[in-house]
Amino acid sequence: MSWPVSAVDLQGLGQAMVANSAGALSGAHVAYDELCLTAPLPRIVEALIFLRDHPDYRFEVMIDLTAVDYPEREKRFDVVYHLLSMSKNLRVRVKLVTDEDTPVPTATPAFPNANWYEREAFDMYGVFFEGHPDLRRILTDYGFHGHPLRKDFPMSGYVELRYDDELKRVVYEPIKMTEWRNWDFLSPWEGAERGFAALPGDEKAEPKA
Amino acid sequence: MSGEVIPVSGGDLATVPATETEIRKFTINFGPQHPAAHGVLRLILELDGEVVERVDPHVGLLHRGTEKLMEYRPYQQTIPYFDRLDYVAPMNQEHAYVLAIEKLLGVEVPYRAQLIRVLYSEIGRILNHLLNVTTQAMDVGALTPPLWGFEQREKLMVFYERASGARLHANYFRVGGVRQDLPPALIADIDAWCDIFPKALGEIDTLITGNRIFKQRNVDIGVVSKQEALAWGFSGVMVRGSGIAWDLRRNQPYECYNELEFDIPLGVNGDCYDRYLCRMEEMRQSLRIMKQCCERLQKTPGPVLIEDNKIGAPRRGEMKRSMEALIHHFKLFTEGYRTPPGEVYASVEAPKGEFGVFLVSDGSNKPYKCKIRAPGFAHLQAMDWMNRGHMLADVSAILGSLDIVFGEVDR
Repeated sequence: MSWPVSAVDLQGLGQAMVANSAGALSGAHVAYDELCLTAPLPRIVEALIFLRDHPDYRFEVMIDLTAVDYPEREKRFDVVYHLLSMSKNLRVRVKLVTDEDTPVPTATPAFPNANWYEREAFDMYGVFFEGHPDLRRILTDYGFHGHPLRKDFPMSGYVELRYDDELKRVVYEPIKMTEWRNWDFLSPWEGAERGFAALPGDEKAEPKA
Repeated sequence: MSGEVIPVSGGDLATVPATETEIRKFTINFGPQHPAAHGVLRLILELDGEVVERVDPHVGLLHRGTEKLMEYRPYQQTIPYFDRLDYVAPMNQEHAYVLAIEKLLGVEVPYRAQLIRVLYSEIGRILNHLLNVTTQAMDVGALTPPLWGFEQREKLMVFYERASGARLHANYFRVGGVRQDLPPALIADIDAWCDIFPKALGEIDTLITGNRIFKQRNVDIGVVSKQEALAWGFSGVMVRGSGIAWDLRRNQPYECYNELEFDIPLGVNGDCYDRYLCRMEEMRQSLRIMKQCCERLQKTPGPVLIEDNKIGAPRRGEMKRSMEALIHHFKLFTEGYRTPPGEVYASVEAPKGEFGVFLVSDGSNKPYKCKIRAPGFAHLQAMDWMNRGHMLADVSAILGSLDIVFGEVDR
């Protein structure tokens, strides 16, 4: 297929995928000229294998797997799969939602390289992958606590390390960092925007209930 | 250590005692500090004699939490993080990131800026391949190629410096263009370098390509079939070495690659030697692209950054005269710009493979999430099955041909 694929074509393609998947894919939408599919959690492997093996799509490469954290949601994590079809020259994104306790079926039977990506998502977000052959931490240090890319994990972390000359080894200590200032750029002229707290006094503009 | 036992077999039965001696698999620790590890990589190797049975790479020794840090800074301030990923070809990474933000904002890049970006991406490709090809030769015992290759890399880094002010961590690409225009003398010098480099490349070529030892160490080592390359999420030279014609510059073109002439070399056997040959030829093709870019740059003057001052910073000279420009400058460098909410994935053909950025925006001036898809991460994962059955000495040859830089693997 010629690149870039138009949004209209992608829309049609997405609907066809959902219709053909026998329920393994639950929805499709196009944004920024990219096709994004959603899948119910228990049937994700089925959905991935369907996309990989269907003669019209042939998404034979898993480009990426990651998670996104939305702590305000009841099911806080999105798990995002990026697939690429070299033979049809297409890209697709598959998403599912999960929470801290519900394990996601591992994608390793469909794509062996999901192995490290899932280890990374587990390490960074604490998303569990059921049936994963070797779900160890991958990027953080040996003996690390917590999941650093969660939104409730502070940017500075909890510990810092230094070389202790007396013990002749590296030791971890609680951080002694100064405050990190997070500028919010609220402007009284522009008003409150999405993602920011309401400005004090704004409630006066609303009609009283 | 698995503790698995293998009984000794063979030998003269008459001398073997009634109880068989039991030997254990040998486990050795490769790295984290090892000259052939290309950075900080720890490999746990399980050996049967000198044959590798299992490789367990431990990565993350260079993990700096780039993705976390980016969530706390305005877009503009996060571009430099990309130089520090694959520090061998810094601008290629920046490229993927600005493409992602541009996709969110719906920004058009001026033609001259596209040419400059392509020119410097190809310089990055040569920088990367020069380092990889020559250090791969070093991994299998040759010391001269790196010295010759680094001489040329030095010249390329000077081009980086003359454009951006920094030899390595350029921070040159901007959303909507590049930081500043190239002076005509620089374009002429790059053009002139394109004429002398083939000779230097030919010298390296004669030194390595036909070399008996280099061939003994690389031919038929680390063979990757087409199916394996796809299943393991390979990209770039790792798939082209196996004969899959896939290059994002051609298949999913971005910037002005569509109108430039270049060929895509393919390997046949998918072994370390074919990947080396692909890289050598890619450098020659990059030179062709650079020549075309230089020629066009000399002919097409124009802006190199989007004129909209809500996104592109105003020029210094303007700020001396215009209050408007001063305000824009202040707003840009404190608050930055806000992107519409949404999710995008943008990728470029980086020298090592597909470098992608998955960006989630919540409508604020900082990325809500940025996932960096580094080609090296996918490639390093293959160390285990690629090395099985090979000799211990092949580990460094295979690692060299994977083209790993830990800045991007560990992020």
